[in-house]
Amino acid sequence: MFDGIQRRVVSLWFPRLASDRALRLHPVEGPFALTLKQQNANRIYCLNAAAAQQGLHQGMPYADARAFCPSLQSRMAQPEQDRRFLHTLRRWATRYCPWVGLEGEDGLVMDITGSAHLFGGEEAMLADMRMGLMRAGLSAQIGLADTRGAAWALAHYGEGVAPGGDALPALKSLPVAALRIDDRMSITLRRLGLHTIGDLAQTARAPLTRRFGPGLLLRLDQALGTQPEEISPYADPPHYAVRMTLPEPIGLLSDVMAGAERLLVQLCAKLRTQEVGARNLCITLRRVDQGCQRVELQLARPLRDPQRILPLFERGLSEVDAGFGIDQLRLEATWVETLPAQQISHVSGGGKDKLDDLISRLGTRIGLENIQRFLPADSHIPERSFIVAPAAYSDPASGWVSAQPRPICLFPPEPIAGADARPPTRFRWRRMALTCARTIGPERIAPEWWLEDENWRSGLRDYWRVETREGRRLWLFYTPQNPGWFVQGEFA
Amino acid sequence: MQHAEVPFFPPTASRTHEVCGAGAYVFAFALAARLAGYTMWVRENWDSTQINPTGFVDFVEPSVLTVCNTGKHTETLAVAEEALRSGAVSLVVMSLNQPLGLTEGRRLQLAARDGMSTGLAIIPEGMGSNAAETRWRCTPVFDPKDSTLQKWELIKNKSGTLGVWHVRWDTASRRITMVSPARK
Repeated sequence: MFDGIQRRVVSLWFPRLASDRALRLHPVEGPFALTLKQQNANRIYCLNAAAAQQGLHQGMPYADARAFCPSLQSRMAQPEQDRRFLHTLRRWATRYCPWVGLEGEDGLVMDITGSAHLFGGEEAMLADMRMGLMRAGLSAQIGLADTRGAAWALAHYGEGVAPGGDALPALKSLPVAALRIDDRMSITLRRLGLHTIGDLAQTARAPLTRRFGPGLLLRLDQALGTQPEEISPYADPPHYAVRMTLPEPIGLLSDVMAGAERLLVQLCAKLRTQEVGARNLCITLRRVDQGCQRVELQLARPLRDPQRILPLFERGLSEVDAGFGIDQLRLEATWVETLPAQQISHVSGGGKDKLDDLISRLGTRIGLENIQRFLPADSHIPERSFIVAPAAYSDPASGWVSAQPRPICLFPPEPIAGADARPPTRFRWRRMALTCARTIGPERIAPEWWLEDENWRSGLRDYWRVETREGRRLWLFYTPQNPGWFVQGEFA
Repeated sequence: MQHAEVPFFPPTASRTHEVCGAGAYVFAFALAARLAGYTMWVRENWDSTQINPTGFVDFVEPSVLTVCNTGKHTETLAVAEEALRSGAVSLVVMSLNQPLGLTEGRRLQLAARDGMSTGLAIIPEGMGSNAAETRWRCTPVFDPKDSTLQKWELIKNKSGTLGVWHVRWDTASRRITMVSPARK
């Protein structure tokens, strides 16, 4: 691979990553532990050195730990936050070399080939790392070797540096567990009398493979460098923000719009290369008096066309108070969605784009969630036979079926006077005296028992279409379980 | 002529019209079906009467309809004006509960003219604006044989005569047909 270049790998292990992170935020004195509910009990997830000296260990039930050490202070563990913290550390570690990968939940692996001399040699680089981590309040163990496996073994079992070349002398005295094998395998190896890596390396290979499978010797070969092992650097997520600083403050709307256009062109080029479109945009205007004003824009669909986005900003930007002038603009796409490149054709829906732009523009005035569309739903209950969904976050759907004619408008049930199960011949509704001329029904609709619905507590409903002599065509229902008549809708 | 078209329907494009009466929704949906294209329906969010897509699917496909819920009267007018001016929709229906002033009515006319789309205000009886191009009163009429009979009265027309017609909705051809008075 690298002819004549010696590969060097650093493995960083943070044995107390979670508790160090918690203590960085709120330092406490004395024994401290983080607890997490595991295997149906509150157990110690991570603990500091003082707690470990008291005889506590990871995985111990928290109740036992409290009995051993009454002065133990504890907090809830947040594994998700720890993971994010590890990613932050990974970004920090890229100051030493560009190839930094994650090693499990609590470690980093770095390929420092060719970059050690920038820090004055390997020793100086490791000292710099130790100093940085110590200042950050993190306990870390560092291993440096030619291979990833050897560096891991050194980091986890006795810190140290393996000199270039053959790694076996440095690893010889380490236990077999340092080969990244599981516990059962290492216990079995110890029962066979193979305690250290040195013992394992001297044993005949064929019986070992037959007994343990190829995994064990693969790990050994990876540690000794006879089998290659790669380090995958973790790619930074794309960053969708651009900014512009001006030598002189600006205040006119046309100037701010011109600035926003320049930023949009840059941002949209970025979006295009990633094949995504912006859903939410936020432009931050910093004034000369250090005040900040944000203008947010929600789009009805993902977009990356500057000419279409820019007019939508006009309303928001016109409300900004420029004060003594604006000298910095920052545009960020706070929410992006995938928007694959599409073939331009003459049959594409022409009016759809204009409608989406209109929805975005109206959304800045009344809120995007107040612009809605109807989607079909699978229910016989009249109110639930359709869904009202925000138009910006749903696609139009077809497939409307109605076996029975349904009213053109619905309103909350309005009680009317009625005697029995037949529709009343004369009734008053909304101060109008109405006379039944024709009735069609009943159509029985049962409540959906699997859904709690306050309005359907009265039980079954028998729906009737009632055409009155006065002209109004109403949708009445009768509730046989709680006798009563109601009007719920009006037909065309 | 049994199936004649209603005169003045659809009302002049690029103008804002008004409709009142119990059959106003039918008029709005019939107009949406006739104009084709997208329809914007602007209503105030406290209004408990809701249009029912399973009911108006006989008139227009619910997917062409976009509903805007606004907070107050002026917001409704602003949204309607913006939608009319954009030209993205062929019909903007706004349901109003307050009288419309001459200025607002005129602005709606100008917006409709700029965007070349039709506006329709559903108004309470007797609360029309003088700026409206036409005003219709629609009332359902009982008919023993038919369930869609309506009486449409043209009660204001800036560029033509007034009139009264009996119409019914033909679901199969999705259009309004006029019923001759003789049949009535």
